[in-house]
Amino acid sequence: MRTLKQKKTPAQQEYDALVKQVSPKSEVPWSLVKAFVVGGLICCLGQAFNDLGEKVFMLDKKGVSAFTSMALIFLSALFTGLGVYDKLGQFAGAGSIVPITGFANSIVSPAMEFKREGFVLGVGAKMFVVAGPVLVYGITASVLYGVIYFIVQMIMGG
Amino acid sequence: MMYLKVFLVGGLICVVGQLLILFTNLTSARILVAFVTAGVILTALGLYQPLVDWAGAGATVPLTGFGYSLANGVKEAVQEKGILGALTGGVSATAGGIAAAVTFGYLASVLFTPKTKS
Amino acid sequence: MMDKKRGKQSYVLPDKPRVTAWASMAGKKEAAGPLGATFDETFEDDTLGEKSWERAESKMLEHVVDMALSKAKIFADSVDLFLGGDLLNQIVSAGYTARSLGIPFLGLYGACSTMAESIMLGSMLIDGGFAHNAVCATCSHFSTAERQYRFPLELGSQRTPSAQWTVTGAGATLLTKDTTHPIAVEAATVGSVYDLKQTDANNMGAAMAPAAMMTLKAHLSDMGRKVSDYDLIVTGDLGHVGYDLMKILCEKEGICLDKRYIDCGCEVFDESQDVHAGGSGCGCSACCLNGWLYGRMLSGEVKRMLFMATGALMSPTMSQQGESIPSVAHAVSLEVV
Repeated sequence: MRTLKQKKTPAQQEYDALVKQVSPKSEVPWSLVKAFVVGGLICCLGQAFNDLGEKVFMLDKKGVSAFTSMALIFLSALFTGLGVYDKLGQFAGAGSIVPITGFANSIVSPAMEFKREGFVLGVGAKMFVVAGPVLVYGITASVLYGVIYFIVQMIMGG
Repeated sequence: MMYLKVFLVGGLICVVGQLLILFTNLTSARILVAFVTAGVILTALGLYQPLVDWAGAGATVPLTGFGYSLANGVKEAVQEKGILGALTGGVSATAGGIAAAVTFGYLASVLFTPKTKS
Repeated sequence: MMDKKRGKQSYVLPDKPRVTAWASMAGKKEAAGPLGATFDETFEDDTLGEKSWERAESKMLEHVVDMALSKAKIFADSVDLFLGGDLLNQIVSAGYTARSLGIPFLGLYGACSTMAESIMLGSMLIDGGFAHNAVCATCSHFSTAERQYRFPLELGSQRTPSAQWTVTGAGATLLTKDTTHPIAVEAATVGSVYDLKQTDANNMGAAMAPAAMMTLKAHLSDMGRKVSDYDLIVTGDLGHVGYDLMKILCEKEGICLDKRYIDCGCEVFDESQDVHAGGSGCGCSACCLNGWLYGRMLSGEVKRMLFMATGALMSPTMSQQGESIPSVAHAVSLEVV
């Protein structure tokens, strides 16, 4: 969380401590177990799609990975649409946010939410309200890596 | 056996995310950004490939795996096309996932209406 | 002319404007809560047959005003003023309601303190001779507040345990000069904005509790009163976290809050409803006051009540810029005469 670096007065610091003391805590161990189990199960589902793509559809390595992503994203979109994925998220926390299904959910949920503001400025624009930053930072990081890799290759090769 | 490894690794990556949520107050958008960026960096450092080899979908399904695909795609493209590959590789490798998310997202918004929580 | 100001920020209303009629309305979850039976109307479908939740919220507000007016057997064209507001940008629910009511309108934004703010201003205007009557109303809707302040509804994120649940509900109070009615507004305290640099938008009770304490302290000292002069002291939507903090903060100031202190946010839902720290929103205090609380006064159980609605004056933009959450609380003293 970004905060302006405001110096807090002693009274404000004292209140911070009081708030911390009074506010309820998350049940840490139990929430970790839930995240672990749900996250693990979603990954197993992904592995099942991997196997299906590899053994039944005879896809190559890249094909398998694309097939699995698409299948999981489809399921996530479906369950988000049916109003199930948010309930899973309330239960599992990061267990359903961190897998690629969580990424899909972050695209589908604002798209649905802003339908009433129209299909261009509502759905179209708001679709990336959560997922946009993911693409921005993921793609930028990968380009940066590509440039560094290219320079390293040049030096090593030359 | 493979599935046990997938379950363990996938679950543990999610536990890291849950710890971040619990102890840093990060919103889900920030968690996703952190994971995809971490995936790119770990892959660049050569640390992520062994995990993918060992745990398959356990490492590729979490969003760090999306970063892994981006980084791997870039690396291969640079090998083939030189510096141009740095710009084309990442998105090409993940095009399927991105296009699927956009298309299914659009379809879902046409077909479904959000429901109030209760 | 008699000076009506007391102390630094409080006012007495010698004419004692009367609470003539009231109405409340709430959604399904609120209806299932402990106060479910006290609402005039509840509804299952939270779109109320409208195309969007924003329109539903506005319709809800319009409906409570209509209900309050019809209970008093008057028409909208004989009401001098409509004072109201809500949580949405540009207080659209109130604005669109005013469009259909046609009553001269003063839009108020006090976030969740709007119910107290509107009653305070309405009674001051009546007491000052500027109006014969005024209708004060506010509302909030879970689904509009979520998208305004937080995330899309279907996004799978976890709610933190200190988070509060926005009440889907509305309430309207009709104030008049007509002294045949028993409940009167006799004093009010305008709150100052107070901020102890809380930044967690998922812990609004913690942000607002200091403002509530400051207003209570100012009210008691301005009016020369004690906690025991009231049968009931009510805050708007501090929730369970804010309720506990409020008690601690007041104790530090030498104000001992006992059983007479309650918070609407703690009362509107019960623990089994999975609302974490309780209810919030303009509608929270509005639908508790305009039914349950007035009802307790009418039955003689409560003779004098201090109603303090609390509001967090933040916006998502300011939060993203790293600003803390300034808060305000306004108090009105209601008594049975």
